[in-house]
Amino acid sequence: MKAAVIVSPGSNCDRDVQVALRQSAGSDPIMHWHGDANLPDVDLIVVPGGFSYGDYLRAGALAAQSPVIREVVARANQGVPVLGICNGFQILTECGLLPGVLMRNAGLKFICRDVDLRVEATDTVFTRDYVNGQIIRIPVAHNEGNYFADDDTLNRLDGEDRVAFRYCSPEGAVTAADNPNGAARNIAGILNEGRNVLGMMPHPERLADAMLGGTDGRPMFDGLVEALATAA
Amino acid sequence: MNETTPTITPEIVAEHGLTPEEYERVLRIMGREPKMTELGIFSVMWSEHCSYKSSKFWLKKLPTEAPWVICGPGENAGVIDIGDGKACIFKMESHNHPSFIEPYQGAATGVGGIMRDVFTMGARPVANMNALRFGAPEHPKTRHLVSGVVAGIGGYGNCMGIPTVGGEMNFDPSYNGNILVNAMTVGIADQDKIFYSAAAGLGNAVVYVGSKTGRDGIHGATMASAEFDDDSEDKRPTVQVGDPFTEKLLLEACLELMATDAIIAIQDMGAAGLTSSSVEMSDKGGVGIEFDLDQVPVREEAMTPYEIMLSESQERMLMVVKPGREDMARAIFEKWELDFAIIGRVTDTNRLVLKSGGEVVCDIPVPPLVAEAPEYERPWVPTPPSPVLAAADALAGIDISPTEALAKLVASPDLCSRRWVWEQYDHMVMGDTVRRPGGDAAIVRVHGTDRALAITTDCTPRYCVADPVQGGRQAVAEAWRNLTASGAKPLAITDNMNFGNPERPEIMGQFAGCIEGMTEACLALDFPVVSGNVSLYNETNGTGILPTPAIGGVGLIEDVNDDLTGTGFAARDDAIVVIGDTAGHLGRSMLLRVFSDSQSDAGAPPPVDLDAERRNGDFVRDLIVNGRVSACHDVSDGGILVAIAEMALSGGIGADISPPDTGMPALAWLFGEDQARYIVTSNAPDDLLAAAKSAGIPAIVVGTTGGAVLTMGDGNSISLSDLRNAHESWLPDYMAVV
Repeated sequence: MKAAVIVSPGSNCDRDVQVALRQSAGSDPIMHWHGDANLPDVDLIVVPGGFSYGDYLRAGALAAQSPVIREVVARANQGVPVLGICNGFQILTECGLLPGVLMRNAGLKFICRDVDLRVEATDTVFTRDYVNGQIIRIPVAHNEGNYFADDDTLNRLDGEDRVAFRYCSPEGAVTAADNPNGAARNIAGILNEGRNVLGMMPHPERLADAMLGGTDGRPMFDGLVEALATAA
Repeated sequence: MNETTPTITPEIVAEHGLTPEEYERVLRIMGREPKMTELGIFSVMWSEHCSYKSSKFWLKKLPTEAPWVICGPGENAGVIDIGDGKACIFKMESHNHPSFIEPYQGAATGVGGIMRDVFTMGARPVANMNALRFGAPEHPKTRHLVSGVVAGIGGYGNCMGIPTVGGEMNFDPSYNGNILVNAMTVGIADQDKIFYSAAAGLGNAVVYVGSKTGRDGIHGATMASAEFDDDSEDKRPTVQVGDPFTEKLLLEACLELMATDAIIAIQDMGAAGLTSSSVEMSDKGGVGIEFDLDQVPVREEAMTPYEIMLSESQERMLMVVKPGREDMARAIFEKWELDFAIIGRVTDTNRLVLKSGGEVVCDIPVPPLVAEAPEYERPWVPTPPSPVLAAADALAGIDISPTEALAKLVASPDLCSRRWVWEQYDHMVMGDTVRRPGGDAAIVRVHGTDRALAITTDCTPRYCVADPVQGGRQAVAEAWRNLTASGAKPLAITDNMNFGNPERPEIMGQFAGCIEGMTEACLALDFPVVSGNVSLYNETNGTGILPTPAIGGVGLIEDVNDDLTGTGFAARDDAIVVIGDTAGHLGRSMLLRVFSDSQSDAGAPPPVDLDAERRNGDFVRDLIVNGRVSACHDVSDGGILVAIAEMALSGGIGADISPPDTGMPALAWLFGEDQARYIVTSNAPDDLLAAAKSAGIPAIVVGTTGGAVLTMGDGNSISLSDLRNAHESWLPDYMAVV
């Protein structure tokens, strides 16, 4: 599997994703500079977390205008899997690959902690190694993770089974108390219509190494490597 | 201010914080009346903040050497050898005065400044820590300051993508008008890629990189060298404004350039900006520097040379680049969309010469500017000793059961959970945070290796004020103990000396006493000081803070896969063992602070027996490294029962405690704050006790892990869930009040 990680000014989880991909794939992804529109042929594109352009204007708004993002959109439309994590999710909504927006956390504070997620869709290259309804523990670290979309969009996401993860209790109940940021319908991650673009606020790359306290993020990277190695 | 001010009046000299005697010295060095820019440069270079004029005499006494020290105090940060060709570079620095005036920006730029100190030496920052002190919780400003400082620290570190992995926070009325914000950064570099600040090479380009220079922070160093009064709010314009995004770019650009061989010397522009960076580079290199100030990137029009030289705009660096490498260097900074300007050259005159509009506006001989900076051995009086409180006297009037006392203590402002704080810090980014905040020390893996660094910040100001010598010892010993309890070999410390007005003999007495105690502890524990910072004049209207020598300690864990033992109880039916002697010392204890009306903060602090610290700590570390204990925690504020409660909460396992029959009151045994103690758990306590006995280490089994309750029998119990609620709720509840 050949993967590219998009590096923008202010990206800061690029190395973390690189480490997680290397661990699962056995080889290093390409670290691709945002200003370079010539994106090589790859099987997977990751838009990592961080504070691209310092979150100035709106989180993800400026990076969404980067030369390479036009190419990422084109590839996504051709079916190449694109994974946006945290600030990457914000960039994917800003560039229109995913619907909705990520607003400031309801508590008005940055929040960094492990949360429980219920896996809601497993028929994707990203989530194939999870079981439907599985509860996984993955950290969040964001100031703007409060997913918002109008009711029609939310209904459509639900109707088309495009919610990939929801914040939940350790037992899997989707309650307001287990929603860290006020996200609509406890949405933590969503898919595009083609199911080849996933945006999520939690950081699966941060719990893919037992030494760091958990490995619930690892099946995402293992699953991608299996799926995309087979496809190639 | 402008360059044409005809004469320097005594008022102008006073406004610049210089005494008449100091100004006489300026006249002697210059051989003439200084121009305004020159006076400004003397003013900031000779400020307490930059010159350490009151503290230098004492700082020289601190031990700074060990075989693993690569670079001690004097550079931007201290450097130690951590094996495999790697170096750990770290320092702690205060941003107290600005944070009180403008908490978000003050704290944010404090974090930004200390990170620059570390990466200017070639290290990638891998962890941030902090030591925070606020006024009484009921003081009307405290909430606002806590909220702003925590958000500012998080705002800067989170954006940079450097994890903030821990710290400490206390409350005391003495900080009502002077909060303390001490920020520490730890970085890792290759030993053969460490950068220093000594300029060299006649004619070499001096390059300015980073943000443009504005009018912010002018005279920040001078402001930080004076007491506050009721008009301190007016000093808001002296606080700088941070831009962590630019600093992230500056970090990446500097590290990219450092991977080449282009840099001869590099220095960040911190306090006193372009002035102190150029003076330090030229003084250390024994050369002169000449600037054309018209080449300095500015963000405002018509800035005078005075303003350009004294601006404390953030996210800027100065470097000397090898001839022929300028274009390559420029290309890197342009890629990162940062300013890159050749603003001057290295000369052989030993003078700092500044030109503006073709005119020389400053021409100062650098060696006397530095070497003849004032240094004072200020008068001091030792702190009078406090009487040792007998346990029975200390406890007079306190009628409370141990579990009731425990529930209140773990919910007190100084002992409650700090989760509300550290959940606002990204403590996981970079993927090497092996132990998250909340334990004895944070543990951060050295990327790509099996080694790890343990990091802690410690100080107990209420001990320091009662007995500065014991308090100084205790601050160093507690840092050493926290690293030890994490299984690390303690290597070195950075110190952040926060005190009141040094012109008062009793304050200088506190300073001298703390230095004496720290020195003793550093020597006894092989734990030298490699970097540090002094913040004086932490006073408002004549009332000083508690003396607060904050210690940041770093230790090394050789194999993070094997040598790691957690704070929390790890298994049921393990024996709970107290290592070290318990005498039931209650003077200055948290128990008295919370429960005693008459003796809150009374008496002598617990004495620190450095031989016992060393013996007990080395014994405990051996147990951890050899896998002979299942959990370990040091005993500090709140004594044995608070330590056991923290272990129970962290592991989610209760305990059955049986205090030994010692004859001392139960509350003294449970809550006394005797030093040099640890709590460990083991499933083979007989072996452990035998090993302790043969090593001459006091050790006693005091209970067993298990269940979901902390109990001492006789109905004296509290459930872990009640304990957790008490521990977790105080800070969020406090901060939720609008």
